[in-house]
Amino acid sequence: MVNSGTPQHLVVVGGGMVAQRLVEALRARDDAGRYRVTVFAEEPRAPYDRVGLTRWFEEGPEGIALGDPDLWADPLVTLHTDRRIESIDRTAKTVTDRLGHVHPYDELVLATGSSAAMPPIPGNDLPGVFVYRTIDDVAALRGWVEEKRRCHPAGKPVRGAVIGGGLLGLEAAGALTALDAQATVIEFGTHLMGVQVDLGGGQALKRLINGKGIGVRAETATSQMRPHRRTGHVGRLDFADGGRLDVDVVVVATGVRPRDELGRAAGLPVGERGGVVVDLSCRTEDPNIWAVGEVACIEGRCLGLVAPGNTMAEVVVDRLLGGQAEFPGADTATKLKLSGVDVASFGDAHARTQDAVEVVWADPVAGVYKKLVLSDDARTLLGGVFVGDAAPYASLRPMLGAELPGDDPSAFLLPEGGGAAPGLELPDEANVCSCNNVSAGTIRGAVTEHQCTDVPGVKACTRAGTTCGACLPLVKKLVDTELERAGIEVSTALCEHFEMSRAQLFDAVRVADLHSFSDIVARFGTGSAGNRGCDICKPVVASILASLGNGHILAGEQSTLQDTNDHMLANLQKDGTYSVVPRMPGGEVTPEGLIVVGEVARDFGLYTKITGGQRIDMFGARVEQLPDIWRRLVDAGFESGHAYGKSLRTVKSCVGSTWCRYGVQDSVGMAVELELRYRGLRSPHKLKLGVSGCARECAEARGKDVGVIATDKGWNVYVGGNGGQTPRHARLLAEDLTSEELIRTIDRFLMYYVRTADRLQRTAPWIEEVDGGLEGVREVIMEDSLGICADLDAAMARHVENYEDEWKAVLEDPEKLRRFSSFVNAPKDADPSLAYVTERGQRRPATQAERAAGVVIAGPKLEVRA
Amino acid sequence: MTVNDVAEAPVAAGPAGPARWERACLVSDLFPERGAAALFGDVQVALFRLPDDAAYGGHAGRVHAVQNLDPFSGAHVMSRGIVGTRAGEPTVAAPVYKQVFSLVTGVCLVAADKTPKDGLPADLVTYPVEVRGDVIYVGLP
Repeated sequence: MVNSGTPQHLVVVGGGMVAQRLVEALRARDDAGRYRVTVFAEEPRAPYDRVGLTRWFEEGPEGIALGDPDLWADPLVTLHTDRRIESIDRTAKTVTDRLGHVHPYDELVLATGSSAAMPPIPGNDLPGVFVYRTIDDVAALRGWVEEKRRCHPAGKPVRGAVIGGGLLGLEAAGALTALDAQATVIEFGTHLMGVQVDLGGGQALKRLINGKGIGVRAETATSQMRPHRRTGHVGRLDFADGGRLDVDVVVVATGVRPRDELGRAAGLPVGERGGVVVDLSCRTEDPNIWAVGEVACIEGRCLGLVAPGNTMAEVVVDRLLGGQAEFPGADTATKLKLSGVDVASFGDAHARTQDAVEVVWADPVAGVYKKLVLSDDARTLLGGVFVGDAAPYASLRPMLGAELPGDDPSAFLLPEGGGAAPGLELPDEANVCSCNNVSAGTIRGAVTEHQCTDVPGVKACTRAGTTCGACLPLVKKLVDTELERAGIEVSTALCEHFEMSRAQLFDAVRVADLHSFSDIVARFGTGSAGNRGCDICKPVVASILASLGNGHILAGEQSTLQDTNDHMLANLQKDGTYSVVPRMPGGEVTPEGLIVVGEVARDFGLYTKITGGQRIDMFGARVEQLPDIWRRLVDAGFESGHAYGKSLRTVKSCVGSTWCRYGVQDSVGMAVELELRYRGLRSPHKLKLGVSGCARECAEARGKDVGVIATDKGWNVYVGGNGGQTPRHARLLAEDLTSEELIRTIDRFLMYYVRTADRLQRTAPWIEEVDGGLEGVREVIMEDSLGICADLDAAMARHVENYEDEWKAVLEDPEKLRRFSSFVNAPKDADPSLAYVTERGQRRPATQAERAAGVVIAGPKLEVRA
Repeated sequence: MTVNDVAEAPVAAGPAGPARWERACLVSDLFPERGAAALFGDVQVALFRLPDDAAYGGHAGRVHAVQNLDPFSGAHVMSRGIVGTRAGEPTVAAPVYKQVFSLVTGVCLVAADKTPKDGLPADLVTYPVEVRGDVIYVGLP
């Protein structure tokens, strides 16, 4: 402990994004432990990324996880979820929670946020009318839409309406579309996103939104919501102009109202339109009570965006620690986070500044509208609106209030390739990441002073781009420029023997049509003198050669490139023996098969264990025993399971519709088909697949590189999952595919990965590095944006055609069999150093202590009936 | 064949030389650029035959012998490592935790953030090798 006394108690009421930021900032800065923090959240969960709520549909809870979960494990931080605070006693300096518990505070921060406003339209309490604010709202909406779909006659769509055409309304409409429901946006004003975008932008936006299959009715007031005659659920909207719309679900997104009831009850002044009034230090009238985020009424208004909320949190933390920070004014720049719709605005988007000049570039056909608002001399940037092409947003927004370089500001609005915009050199103080208030200078400093050499490093160091991610292209540009300036070249060299990355070498070998390590190292290696590769590049070359179809991995010179696992076609264990895993496609095995595996394990004295991939691993096999073991297995119809390779391991499955009461597709059949298709496919790292027969997901497919989940209509495919040290959930790539579409999609995904991933890079980090991320992968393999799909398909077809069982091939070739001897001068002698003890009915390697104590039960020659 | 050729059959060397020469195998028993283990009583030796490749310089075509015990795992597996070069020096990488050793001197060149097991020396013992005709002999202490 650095501090001398007991820490002060800071109580934070509210568990949203701004509360999280406040706690993060405090824990990052309060080295001396002056404060302990207790956070009371009304929702039954830790803070999450409310801005990204729509992602919850695609990616589930982890898609909107926020910050480092370790924050809540900090001993000075306590988080109470599902614990609404009911009252504040300013005299006693206590708060009382919903359970009646009283908590004293030294300092109190109100971060209660807003609630969705419900306009007084008759019928707004009907079943089927939702708001869009929390995970619970979104979950209820999804449940309702799914229930409606079940009750509907087949093929009849669920009809949704969103009242309110602002940022939130469009996100809600996107959510309805993601749920396969129709969506119509009802907007009272003249155009969509009226706060952020001018009329011209609003019209371009409408075309874009229509293009997503979403209807728009502007200048329309909803006068009533009427119940369905039979169900009593919401069934129709009546409009003031006499129009009507039949609906099955309504989302109301007309705005938010600050949750200022606690402050009001405690006698704190509130603003005209609500919100607890604070000064520029974010302090209320009570010197020990602060308010941040949407509940705070600062400079006479409440701000419904996360960026100014985060700034307020930083201000309060600074003040608590004795600083003098003040709220610098709100950055109200916004960017719509709806896939496929680019909208962004910042600054004085409506050109309300006296004598402001507007520069507009519009392409109505393509649905593009871009506008800059400039000072009367057309030099200083005052604001901007971007619809259909938000590319200039990231680099222009930080220039707000600064003079633009060059003579012609319209150059910034021309489409890419239509004329180069003047190079933008951001001033150090320009704010690049508004969510986290990170300046260009801080990002440059991460490179120059903190030795960060890539975007993930800079993200971790500065937190830039970790909230909404809109600024990441700019962050990357800054980082690249700074690296270049510092003369730092980020090496992607494999090792001292090859300057290329694995992906570059893969292409080089493929194009040059080379088939041996000697040729490859002579052609592409670093200087030929003294270069015969190493344990890093040789297995990479082996994998490349295998992926390009060069016969058995032990054929000729290829055998010298293999790691011992691939060389022995088995998995090396700590005592120098190997484990053997026969393939059991989809985890399916016959009783006869099980008996053979049991007999082999018993006869060779092998320890057996069920693997996580639904098959059986037999441990303790010596090199010279391997061919005899394989022969028994191969004779019984088994083949190599490739457990030893950087290759397809298993396709895990649940039992599916053939037996399960809930299964909707034959998951085992699909898993077997996939496993037999991709068996033996060599890849940059191991590959695991899973197939679940219904949404209950018993095969844990989303923990796999490729996860397939059955739907009523076909298959959903998820990519980029893994377990291990950094567990990742797979993300949705495509929905409702037929079996053929599914296989073609996986073919291309795997082959694209095999060709372009780095050495030992699993699919999740690979996807992150593909240009455009998951969306970029989707474009390449679903839309053939690079024109390589035919090539990928052909490569996979070759793989399938040329597959052979590696064990059987060895058994049939005396030259290859010769490798499987223990000693060159005593080929069948067991390694005399092996020693075992019995544990739970099976043998395991003896420990050093057991060897010394002489409790070893058997040397290597335990086998009974080989 | 020009591998480690000697004019005469191996004989007991001088005071610093090996105490005995043991016949290991034929040169053709070894796959080029892969190892093989040989057993002499309780002593396990890993033999490596480098190919006739200019990249190995003066070591091209030669046979090297080091201890088969991997000091970092305690298992007798050095013969199963990947052969290659580091800055021109012929090397073998331990197959368990990937430490890299010189095949010429036995010195551990890359420890890969590990320490040897049970206080074993990190460097490998090397054994003299002589080839007469097609037969490989290993000199043992």
